[in-house]
Amino acid sequence: MHGYEFYVDPSRCIGCQSCLNACEECETHRGQSMINFDFIDRKGTTASAAFVCWHCDEPTCAMVCPADAIKKGDDGVVQSSLKPRCIGCSNCVLACPFGIPKIFPEREQMMKCDMCYDRTSIGKRPMCATVCPSQALAYVRPEQIAWRREKPSNVFYFGKQRITTKVHVMVPANTESISLDVLDHIWEETYAVLPEA
Amino acid sequence: MAEPPASSKTLLDRFGPHPAFVPTGGWQNESEHPAHRLVKTHCCFCGQQCGIQLKVRENQVIGFEPWEEFPFNHGMLCPKGVKRYLQGGHPDRLLDPLLREPNGFRAAGWGETLDFTAQRLQEIQQKYGKDSVAIYGGASLISEKSYLLGKFARVALGTRHIDYNGRLCMVSAGTAYKLAFGVDRSPLPWSDIPKAQVILVAGANVAECAPITTDYIWRCRDGGGKLMVVDPRMTPICRNADVYLPVRPGTDLALYMGLLHVVLRDGLEKREFIDQYTTGFSAVAESVRVWDPRTVAEKTGVPPESIERAAHLFAKAERAIALHARGVEHQSKGVENCLALINLCLATGHIGREGAGCAMITGQGNGQGGREHGQKCDQLPGQRSISDPEARAHTAKVWGIAPEEIPQAGYSAVEIMEAIHRGEIKALLSCCFNPLVSLPDANFTHEALKKLEFFGVIDFFLSETAHYADVVLAGSLQEEEEGIGCTVEGRVIHIRKAVDPPGNAKGDTWIYCELAKRLGKAKYFPYHTTREIYEELREASHGGHADYYGITYERIDQNLGVFWPCPSLDHPGTPRLFEDGRSYHPDGKHHFVVTEWRESGDPVSADYPVYLTTGRVVSQYLSGTQTRRIGALLKQYPNPRVEIHPRLAQQYGIADGDWVTVSSRRSQITLQAMVVRTIRPDTVFIPYHWPGDRSANRLTHRTLDPRSKIPEFKVSACQLQKVTSPPEWAIQEAKGNA
Repeated sequence: MHGYEFYVDPSRCIGCQSCLNACEECETHRGQSMINFDFIDRKGTTASAAFVCWHCDEPTCAMVCPADAIKKGDDGVVQSSLKPRCIGCSNCVLACPFGIPKIFPEREQMMKCDMCYDRTSIGKRPMCATVCPSQALAYVRPEQIAWRREKPSNVFYFGKQRITTKVHVMVPANTESISLDVLDHIWEETYAVLPEA
Repeated sequence: MAEPPASSKTLLDRFGPHPAFVPTGGWQNESEHPAHRLVKTHCCFCGQQCGIQLKVRENQVIGFEPWEEFPFNHGMLCPKGVKRYLQGGHPDRLLDPLLREPNGFRAAGWGETLDFTAQRLQEIQQKYGKDSVAIYGGASLISEKSYLLGKFARVALGTRHIDYNGRLCMVSAGTAYKLAFGVDRSPLPWSDIPKAQVILVAGANVAECAPITTDYIWRCRDGGGKLMVVDPRMTPICRNADVYLPVRPGTDLALYMGLLHVVLRDGLEKREFIDQYTTGFSAVAESVRVWDPRTVAEKTGVPPESIERAAHLFAKAERAIALHARGVEHQSKGVENCLALINLCLATGHIGREGAGCAMITGQGNGQGGREHGQKCDQLPGQRSISDPEARAHTAKVWGIAPEEIPQAGYSAVEIMEAIHRGEIKALLSCCFNPLVSLPDANFTHEALKKLEFFGVIDFFLSETAHYADVVLAGSLQEEEEGIGCTVEGRVIHIRKAVDPPGNAKGDTWIYCELAKRLGKAKYFPYHTTREIYEELREASHGGHADYYGITYERIDQNLGVFWPCPSLDHPGTPRLFEDGRSYHPDGKHHFVVTEWRESGDPVSADYPVYLTTGRVVSQYLSGTQTRRIGALLKQYPNPRVEIHPRLAQQYGIADGDWVTVSSRRSQITLQAMVVRTIRPDTVFIPYHWPGDRSANRLTHRTLDPRSKIPEFKVSACQLQKVTSPPEWAIQEAKGNA
């Protein structure tokens, strides 16, 4: 849908799993949810997180695919593997820094969140973001997200890999990027010369 | 009539619950057989009553589509709403009436079962008197059904005794609001929540029991609002709370009196508001004098600093809202708990304004609407008191009978079961109520059901309680009859009919009318459609507090809901109550009501040293009659587990996943432990949606609030023991799954 963006805010997630239940209602993958959901550490906290695919601007899954089966559309949405091409090798599963793609052996194919192409292409919002009762998953216009307490970011660092994504994560205000590795924050590394890839 | 006619296993094998993961017929060739139509209606689970569109093909609901235009939930749904469509064509669905036989139930015809039911009710009333028959209703019924069931009890049977399972849900709040404001409704629309500066969530697991409300609270925080949560468990919304008050079960009253103590001690009350709009302040002020933060901390386990901070935040805010639910209401002082919260709101002037006030979070499907029009033992339609001569005269005129023919108030739900147990009530007709799972002290309920001389059930699935029935009349789901409901906000909504009842099942209203005919009262039940019933309900409610006269199905559709009271067709409805500063009491004042501390009805002791509290999980609803049949919802939380803090678990040598026997003064059950840091270390929690050996209500007790008659589900005393082998139910289940 033109002008709408996808935002993920784990601080809002209440663990209800409405997204999973709604995702598996899709006619193209009945009974199989494409949502990544986890209770982070249920023994210690009720915190939970539901993620869709982040739809990277330069998708690692597509870069590592030996069969050239994973395509990104003009709309920035990274699709499930093309079935005639997919060889089920799991390279994408191993390479994706977010852990999104899954192999479905019975379908002999990698499938993942395609941001409800069937819905967004006809002017409907993705199902998970429509039903989410806490709007931890939200598909809205940027101006609608602007008044939220947390602010959107779409820059991630995994080691030295900088990834920008179509989907935004909501983070505390004044956080520009998400880096999960201490290496990104220590003084020595800032000036280290990286070996050529 | 005595024990069920067959073993529990035999009945469960035949009637379920069997979890369904796909609709009958499966998904084959789905794309070639798309839905024929989308029906804009509402979810049947919980008092939020979210708007939803049901996908219908032929006479079956086959899926859902969000209804984004509906202003309450904008398409949002919890997992129960997403999967609710799986119950319509469920293989366990009762397609014919059933009659008890020596070895089970047999499918029977309508003539035979209705004749038999009417004959047995008449025989028993002739032998033992009119009041020997009782009616149980359900809060999930649409308002037309609950209105007609109330009329059926009073006009067709002439019994005093009709009550409903909302007695287990909303009555403490309802009683308190009537005492304070003269009316039983949340005074504010949910759109006020994001406008508050402070939200106090008191004993409400919003995330799991009213999930859609979470977004309202998060939007309040987005605007800079502060969130305060009172709960013995760190429920999902607690992790974003600015103040978390981990109250000891059953001590909430002390906490709210303590908050008011601090407000008054520090001179934060709104004198002008109190003087102009309220009565009874000085007595309440006197009553909280002893509840200083230190005393409250000792009683509740909440730190004195937190009490001070919460009181200051609430009183100093320009706009603050207190939201409460079963946590405070399910206590033997449930009414006092609600009153103490109302007193706090009144003293700080938080009522009758945008973004300020108190509100009860209704639990059951039509929890609000279902109690307004006459299936409550002490009320007539329009929220009128059955003991008020004027109300009786008005209702009698609408019904075409003499006022003295209307029986006086009868027993409440738990009292009815107690009267059955002691032999005073001999026959029961129950519609959509599963008391064996939902009433406290399940062993007592089991003994009582065995004593009934006649037990008739109207339901769409064979609940565990219906195993004891003599006759089961196959009734209708919410989407199988047109009607109205009333949401948590007081918004009256249109429940559209999506499909006809399947097989030989019938609409509940048809069943009541056919029974009335056989009881010789046909002329009072002449309806052909539920719309005709609603037209009469409008008249019956007219002039009462819950005045629906100006609300028609068409007006609801045009406005996407109309808030009562709405006394005339040109009245816009009333989203927010008390905006003119007046309550519904004859004196127009808001009444402060003194609350008195007392102990729980089942106190902890050396033998039973641990608090037990019970409640819901997000994927199940009430006694589980519907949601334990929906595969995905069951998979999400397959069996009850007992939540224990690691410190308490360590004392008993319990590790996560161990089997633990939880015993109370009534009974014991054995469940798996879920060791989590999100619960007080003196308390365990068990969800109550399951029957038999897994039923939390085997452990709970029958102490009632003296005014609201709500059971004390939230506070029992128990002891724990680790056991080495799984219980029988778990062994059987494992065999079944193998």
